[in-house]
Amino acid sequence: MNVTQEHLREEFDAYVASDKKIEPKDWMPDAYRKTLIRQISQHAHSEIVGMLPEGKWIGRAPSLQRKAILLAKVQDEAGHGLYLYSAAETLGVERADLVDDLLSGKAKYSSIFNYPSLTWADIGAIGWLVDGAAIMNQVPLCRCSYGPYARAMTRVCKEESFHQRQGYSIMMQLMKGTDAQKEMAQDALNRWWWPSLMMFGPSDSESTHSSQNMKWNIKRFSNDELRQRMVDMTVPQAECIGLKMPDPDLKWNEEKGGHDFGEIDWTEFYDVIAGNGICNKERLEERNKAHDDGAWVRDAAVAYSEKRKANKQR
Amino acid sequence: MSENKSNWPLWEVFVRSRQGLGHKHVGSLHASDAEMAIGNARDVYTRRQEGVSIWVVPAESISASSPSDSEALFDPANDKVYRHPTFFVLPDEVNHM
Repeated sequence: MNVTQEHLREEFDAYVASDKKIEPKDWMPDAYRKTLIRQISQHAHSEIVGMLPEGKWIGRAPSLQRKAILLAKVQDEAGHGLYLYSAAETLGVERADLVDDLLSGKAKYSSIFNYPSLTWADIGAIGWLVDGAAIMNQVPLCRCSYGPYARAMTRVCKEESFHQRQGYSIMMQLMKGTDAQKEMAQDALNRWWWPSLMMFGPSDSESTHSSQNMKWNIKRFSNDELRQRMVDMTVPQAECIGLKMPDPDLKWNEEKGGHDFGEIDWTEFYDVIAGNGICNKERLEERNKAHDDGAWVRDAAVAYSEKRKANKQR
Repeated sequence: MSENKSNWPLWEVFVRSRQGLGHKHVGSLHASDAEMAIGNARDVYTRRQEGVSIWVVPAESISASSPSDSEALFDPANDKVYRHPTFFVLPDEVNHM
């Protein structure tokens, strides 16, 4: 790093530390740009892949209203992916390259979406827990130092609370139903609870990107802090509708003013990230198939636009 | 690759949230032409009645000032505080002007 670069870097760090915003054409360190491209595109990919487990239930929703709600929710996820790709592009990357990285398996997305959605109650659990965890992660990002990302997150968060409520409402309704329906809800909570806690990422001591991102105001709270909030928020919500938390070690700790909870199975977490989750292969195949099947539409649209342009010029 | 040929250009999207307000930049999207860009903008940026009117502009048509010019462009206003009414002190008897 030469003297000018070093000086710019110091100025940048001080500017960001004073809670000011960076906009696309401003000077920024390469590492800042890189980490944002990585985080925002992974976030976008997660929204896109996140449509798959829920999309499977659109055709099997138990009522027309639930179907319309789920359809709107899944459409929102597509929208969130698009806001985020748009934010990533302001950093000088091409959308097509980002999409290629997802399709080739080079880029990561949230590992939660590599779990299967087996029953209708899973749609409840996903909205309630997965979107709940996402909100917990995303609300602080609305104040992130990079303007376009912060603005995209503000839009996302506004829409996300509908997602969480519709999920909880599915669980509520099932818990008012027959024994079999209650069992179905409990089973969904049992399967989604631990993966939802894993969504906050590795424990603070293990997290690779945390400390620099905290300094750059990309990240505001540590993984463990946010995870603790998620536990404290969810426990009373589960109790209220008669669901039992699937954690024998869970208990209120008066001293810390929060719950103590059991050890997360990090082997499972890293195994799913490494590509060995139940649905990793299926998700990527489905994305690739959708992309390939849509190729003629993209080509046709370009051909149509060119033809119309030519007709106008004539 | 034929893939690159079908990459749709980037459009910047501006939305008027209600009559009486100006269009505001909300983000960008890809579309093959202006008509499709408006259709996509409607789906992506106005799912909850956020707008009553949409502008789409090819991103490459926008000229922007450079952050390195910001001193030259915007600093001269710094020493012209008399452009603000608070520069002029009024006698106590005159409350509003």
